[in-house]
Amino acid sequence: MGKLTFKGGIHPYDGKDLSKNSPIEKYLPKGEMVYPLSQHIGAPSVPCVKKGDHVLAGQKIAEAGGFVSVPLHASVSGTVKGIEKRLTATGTMSDSIIIENDQQYTEKEFDSAELSSLSREEILSRIQEGGVVGMGGAGFPAHVKLAPKDPEKIEYILVNGAECEPYLTSDYRRMLEEPEKVISGLEVILRLFDKAKGYICIEDNKPDCIEKMRALVKDRPRMEVKELMTKYPQGGERTLIYAVTGREINSSMLPADVGCIVDNVETVTDIYQAVVAGRPVMSRIVTVTGNAVANPKNFSVLTGTCMQELVEAAGGLKDDTAKVVSGGPMMGFAMYDLNVPCVKTTSAFLCLERDQVSEAKMTACINCGRCVRVCPGHVLPARLATLAERGDMAGFEKMDGMECCECGCCSYVCPAKRPLTQSIKSMRKMVLASRRKK
Amino acid sequence: MERKLNVSSNPHIRDCMTTERIMQLVVIALLPSTLFGIWNFGLHAFLVIAATVLSSVIFEWLYDHFMHKPNTVGDFSAVVTGLLLALNMPPQIPLWIPVLGSAFAIIVVKQLFGGLGQNFMNPALGARCFLMISFASQMTNFSVSDSFRGVVDTVTGATPLAALKAQGFIEGSSVPVKNLFLGNIQGTIGETSALAILIGAVILLVFKVIDLKIPLTYIGSFTVFVICYMFATGMGFDGNYLLSHLFGGGLMLGAWFMATDYVTSPITPKGQIVYGCCLGVITAVFRLLGGSAEGVSYAIIFCNLLVPLIERATKPTAFGKGGKKA
Repeated sequence: MGKLTFKGGIHPYDGKDLSKNSPIEKYLPKGEMVYPLSQHIGAPSVPCVKKGDHVLAGQKIAEAGGFVSVPLHASVSGTVKGIEKRLTATGTMSDSIIIENDQQYTEKEFDSAELSSLSREEILSRIQEGGVVGMGGAGFPAHVKLAPKDPEKIEYILVNGAECEPYLTSDYRRMLEEPEKVISGLEVILRLFDKAKGYICIEDNKPDCIEKMRALVKDRPRMEVKELMTKYPQGGERTLIYAVTGREINSSMLPADVGCIVDNVETVTDIYQAVVAGRPVMSRIVTVTGNAVANPKNFSVLTGTCMQELVEAAGGLKDDTAKVVSGGPMMGFAMYDLNVPCVKTTSAFLCLERDQVSEAKMTACINCGRCVRVCPGHVLPARLATLAERGDMAGFEKMDGMECCECGCCSYVCPAKRPLTQSIKSMRKMVLASRRKK
Repeated sequence: MERKLNVSSNPHIRDCMTTERIMQLVVIALLPSTLFGIWNFGLHAFLVIAATVLSSVIFEWLYDHFMHKPNTVGDFSAVVTGLLLALNMPPQIPLWIPVLGSAFAIIVVKQLFGGLGQNFMNPALGARCFLMISFASQMTNFSVSDSFRGVVDTVTGATPLAALKAQGFIEGSSVPVKNLFLGNIQGTIGETSALAILIGAVILLVFKVIDLKIPLTYIGSFTVFVICYMFATGMGFDGNYLLSHLFGGGLMLGAWFMATDYVTSPITPKGQIVYGCCLGVITAVFRLLGGSAEGVSYAIIFCNLLVPLIERATKPTAFGKGGKKA
């Protein structure tokens, strides 16, 4: 049987060797903690503490701002210093709760529960109360995703362990060091969907994870490990569903429309923690890597920790660092200031000595078709970029511009070094904005 | 903060392939044909190649300079155009003709329409057709006076295709297959050796500069059409006749190096297949039913004009649209 995969995609230098053998190291923050109220897609959380309050680690500091929203929890014990606008990794200023860390790490009491005694509604509400969002990067509230219109129709729960972004090793370390938690999390989800099968999907560049997971699912008839071909963007939601089930969804459909739910391994782990142990999301694994840090590492980081501290803990930036990216090199955000907090969706800090983007000289498109060949959305990136540069919104939509998943393959592969993804991405934002206006 | 960090939109890494490197690879892939052409046709062939390439580069530079545009000589596309044009020249052509061709290719076909990536037809072939119309006798004089391979078999011999056209297929198809394949026959400088062209094609395929879609559909549909023609005219299957058509003219050079020109071929995968088929059929029609022996150049520039239409008709279905749903 051929390896499971999709049509298109690229094979960039993967850089995972830098950090892959470094075990997860717990990092205890030194400075103040910053908790942006908007770490997820949907309504921002609403603060429920005020300046001067003393909080415990795990205590709720902001309520969910609606159904599509989650509460926020302190990850340290300490005193609330205030609520003010702070810079986040995506470059925006966001209202944030600031907490002075008392270095005691006194935790509040968590109420654990027996999974078998919980009802469907109780499970979902514990997931929301735990502040669980899609930790792979999108940050979509997990309880919303797990409550589709027709739960009977869900056939597959896909645990996304592809980790196709180059350099990232946080999911890899999670699966290697705590595979039981991933399995337990999947068990929780499977309880919500009686008819569904659980697939743990891992790229074949992580044979040790595949082996570990296979051993664990052996006696669990509803679970299976799926080995995927190593290719970017194999871990994209649409490409993953296609590789494993052969089903296709477009930009206006949800995975649930084809009977699938996709959750990242980190999310699944957090679901287990929230439902069974009653522990909210207070930490995550962050890979600090790249050739511009001395000791690339995987840290278990408390949310709210300042990124500057983490980079120092990994040996600090070299003098000639050109670029620091929050996330992976394909879809991450470049940052100009490291004084930003780690949030729930921060998977990595990638520090690069060379910036291939600013080094590349842009020339005219020669119509070579490489962008078309690698596009997992089967659109024509070169044409879409031209339409976007011309500002032709109608033409852009007609040429399926909205089907772009912004994976970056076209820009990566372009021999004329044109910023295709950037042009298309901007136009997509404009189209979405004009749709909202209507 | 003292340290300044670069900020840009994702992705933050780039593939090492550049336009310049692609063009350099094409030049390298054309070297076997170039060297064979020089060996086969002698010193004058070398002069033609040198003059054409050099003049193409100079015209490119002059245009950029006087139009106050950024210098694009470094992207090697002018070298590729010049070399392709040279390989499409008869070996004994007076040097001023290919130089004029270079000017037409670079200035009229390429730069006046917007430069690299904007030309609607292949510059080298556009120029060749311009020269064919303007200087028909010089452009179809395939006589050979000197050669580095020693004995020149036929001094004023016709190309295998011209022979087929003039004498009919029975006598005309008597060129040994080995000569057709190796290339010690009459023709333009770069088109005669199928072997040298195929070596170049392998280079392009290995470095993923081109894929098989266009060349295979082109050669395939052409072959099918010629076979149908053989039976339709009551000739029966004649392998030598078919091979003369495949290796005796510009088909190989055209299919591997000129039909695959990125700028003037469709960007859509299905469009490339349609384009290849159109090329094969039109080339065969021009050669078998038309007045001249050759048809590749005209077929390619004609199909170049169809590209926008082909692209429009073959827009791929976006992922998840129209595909099978659960």
